[in-house]
Amino acid sequence: MTKYAYYPGCSGQGTSQEYDSSTRAVCRALGVNLVDIPDWSCCGSTPAHTVDHLLSSALAARNLALAEDMDAAAVITPCPSCLTNLKAAVHRMSDREFRLQVNKLLDKPVDRSTPVKSVLQVLAEDVGSDAVAEMLPNKPLAGLKLAPYYGCIMNRPPEVMQFDDHENPTAMDKLMAALGAEVLPFPLKVECCGASFGIPRKDIVAKLSGKLLEAAAGLGAHAVVTACPLCQMNLDLRQGQASAAMGRKFQLPVFYYTQLLGLALGIPQSELGLSKLCVNPRLALDAMYAAQAEKREREAKSEADKQTLKAKAA
Amino acid sequence: MKIGVFICHCGSNIGGTVDAAKVAEAARAFPDVVFTSDTMYACSEPGQDGIIQAIKDNQLDGVVVSSCTPRMHEPTFRRTVERAGLNRFMFEMANIREHVSWIGKDKEANTNKAIELTGIAVEKLRQDQPLFAKQFDINKRVMVIGGGVAGIQAALDCADGDREVVLVERESTIGGKMAKLDKTFPTVDCSSCILGPKMVDVAQHSKIKLYAMSEVEEISGYVGNFEVKIKRKAPYVNWELCTGCGLCMEKCPSKKSKDRFNEQVGTTTAINIPFPQAIPKKAVIDPKFCIKLTKGKCGICAKVCPTKAIVFDQQEEIVSESVGAIVAATGYDLFDISKYGEYGGGRLPDVITGMQYERLLSASGPTGGHVKRPSDGKEPKTIVFVQCVGSRDKSVDRPYCSGFCCMYTAKQAILTKDHIPDSTSYVFYMDIRAPGKMYDEFTRRAMEEYGTQYVRGRVSMIYPKGDKLLVRGADTLMGTQVEVEADLVVLAAGAEASVGAPQLAEKLRISYDKYGFFMESHPKLRPVETNTAGVYLAGACQGPKDIPASVAQGSAAAAKVLALFAKDKLENDPMISFVDIKRCVGCGKCVQVCPFGAIKEVDFRGEPKAEVIETVCQGCGLCTATCPQGAIQLSHFTDNQILAEVNALCQL
Repeated sequence: MTKYAYYPGCSGQGTSQEYDSSTRAVCRALGVNLVDIPDWSCCGSTPAHTVDHLLSSALAARNLALAEDMDAAAVITPCPSCLTNLKAAVHRMSDREFRLQVNKLLDKPVDRSTPVKSVLQVLAEDVGSDAVAEMLPNKPLAGLKLAPYYGCIMNRPPEVMQFDDHENPTAMDKLMAALGAEVLPFPLKVECCGASFGIPRKDIVAKLSGKLLEAAAGLGAHAVVTACPLCQMNLDLRQGQASAAMGRKFQLPVFYYTQLLGLALGIPQSELGLSKLCVNPRLALDAMYAAQAEKREREAKSEADKQTLKAKAA
Repeated sequence: MKIGVFICHCGSNIGGTVDAAKVAEAARAFPDVVFTSDTMYACSEPGQDGIIQAIKDNQLDGVVVSSCTPRMHEPTFRRTVERAGLNRFMFEMANIREHVSWIGKDKEANTNKAIELTGIAVEKLRQDQPLFAKQFDINKRVMVIGGGVAGIQAALDCADGDREVVLVERESTIGGKMAKLDKTFPTVDCSSCILGPKMVDVAQHSKIKLYAMSEVEEISGYVGNFEVKIKRKAPYVNWELCTGCGLCMEKCPSKKSKDRFNEQVGTTTAINIPFPQAIPKKAVIDPKFCIKLTKGKCGICAKVCPTKAIVFDQQEEIVSESVGAIVAATGYDLFDISKYGEYGGGRLPDVITGMQYERLLSASGPTGGHVKRPSDGKEPKTIVFVQCVGSRDKSVDRPYCSGFCCMYTAKQAILTKDHIPDSTSYVFYMDIRAPGKMYDEFTRRAMEEYGTQYVRGRVSMIYPKGDKLLVRGADTLMGTQVEVEADLVVLAAGAEASVGAPQLAEKLRISYDKYGFFMESHPKLRPVETNTAGVYLAGACQGPKDIPASVAQGSAAAAKVLALFAKDKLENDPMISFVDIKRCVGCGKCVQVCPFGAIKEVDFRGEPKAEVIETVCQGCGLCTATCPQGAIQLSHFTDNQILAEVNALCQL
């Protein structure tokens, strides 16, 4: 089994434990072997990369250096922020001068660069939506209308991230469609949710996230599905603030795509952390079950009609 | 041998970073040099007169000029020495501008390098022999590749100059991009009304032979004597019998064929004539959608055709034409708008290209000139035009300006107001580039008289909102973000090189740039010529051009062809290979490597020997490098001459 060096990231330990636990559970079920990078540390995200590229890259590179000993196919992380920092560090270190400076700061220099990928990329490319569809032929998420939201940094800048289309990504769409969900043509897939402006300028985040929720609700989505802890938090935890900013009440559950994958795979809800979501996920799941029940009823009825017709004909 | 050396300052071009006087002084020490001087502009009239005077005064046998690139001025100086009574090949040039003064700033090092290059030229000249050109006949027919407006103009001008013209067009009709336009800027006159008569002239001209649905397969030969193989694709219709009555189109049950003429806005029948003014007006079957060709059933067109012209088993054929000159006028293609994922082109039905909009505006278009949006056929009231889609954008590898998009967008905004008086048009632009005659006035009219809202800034995103399209962008003059709810978005797609242009360039043996546009011989002074003698360029195949520029270039190319054909004989270049028959062992290696087929094997007293066909040899030198015996030599670049140059460099 291919081994991947897993980088959980700090939000996985705190604000998005449900993303981390559902990712681990889903990977186990899909045969993706995750081994945590031992003694991993901060990726150099928001505070570091805004003030010092060298420090930020060195923080990321420390983790890459640790991963080198693991003989893994790739370093993978669920969090797009971590992904950006790890990939940006690799990208910057392609400059020899910069690499030397980084290595000066590290106990153990980075020699070769292990590829860095998101868990989403591994699930989309190494496992593949076709294989997922084959595993789950009965389409467990049928009837669920989803607005897929990738956030602004999962695929951008394209020359660094090198995954999917940076304006119209479809990796998550395909995975969700493989589970039977109805994926809506969500136009704001890669728009900014306001990100970490939630701390200094709540008003900006409320408005930007509000726009996303409004567009998703306008399409008739039962839920939003995300791949980013910060996006999920802004849309879910701040849904009240976003509602106030837009002058209407949103009631849209915001899932991690791994939670929905986990549900489809029959992983217990406790392990997926569904109870940690702020907007009650029941709203979406009930709509889905109702749609499934209605479909079954419709099929049963048409089957019965056929039988009656047959009986009459006979 | 008496040699004179002239060092050119080229103003400050060379003089600025090379000590020309010192080079001239050093040159005096080279063997056989009896006269040296430095001159401000060697190519000027007094400069050339000085050279002639020095030749006469000192009875020189050869001349070296150290100046700029031989590509530009070698012919000039060859004529100069000839005027003084020398053979034109008793002249050598050292390039101390492009190879020295323009690339280095260190005057001492530059001066030394200039001395070395001059020394090499002197050694080469010492080995030079007078060469004499031979004359050959020329075929005074011309081939024009591409039947757009530039090709049509070139063909008509050559034909009016009483020369036979072969016009090769890839599509089933001539007319090119211009035939698809509704109106032209800045006069807003009907495009097909001004092009139509010219197309008819082509069809009726006794001197023009038109091959539609044909492509150039192979080109051999040289200026004055090209041999071109043309592939005639199968239209599945015998065009000699087809009268263009259109009955087949009326009855064809397969109506899903892509309408190429209408830019895929809508579909057409599997057998069709692209548009009413098509030349030639002949039917063509689209084999992908013809039920008879795909499933073996149907055949209705064959039943209704009054002249029995349908031939389902027609095959493509190859024909050969001999011509003396070739004009390439293969035009351009539109940029693929789906490369901008954020604009949704190709994904959202109501985001279309400017050319598609042109077909919607056209009375002969799929909607009869009524603007209807593709998704639901409703008349749009708010229309957003986005400029620079696929031009001036490095991120999609199109950093160049396409030149005409500003103008056609202004034209379309004006036409929109004429078609739908209660509509509002927005144009998102980066700059307005309207440098032609009456062009700027025209864009101003769009703004001032027709009330088009020009917003300076790029559009960041287009997405559907209900049945509208939300266009988000920036107004960089106001410093604000802008959102427009549009019914229809028209992307001004930029121009790129025509599909297959690089492949054609290789067949023509002409250069092309990294975007696939053909390269002219000199960007300013030889704009319609190529570096291959007898091959000329017209229109947008050389770079994006509007109609007036394309027509002007078409006429210019024709003038060049007629000037070439004004001579009855051409002189060949004497710098070609020759075989030392005593040394040749007849191994045939030179025959194999010659890219021009200029060497043949002959029988000489019972032994095989190589022989050079003098008019075909281009003097590339591949054979001389290949010959194991050193039996084949390139005149003016013999092994001895090159060794003399190397020796000189090693000794200096």
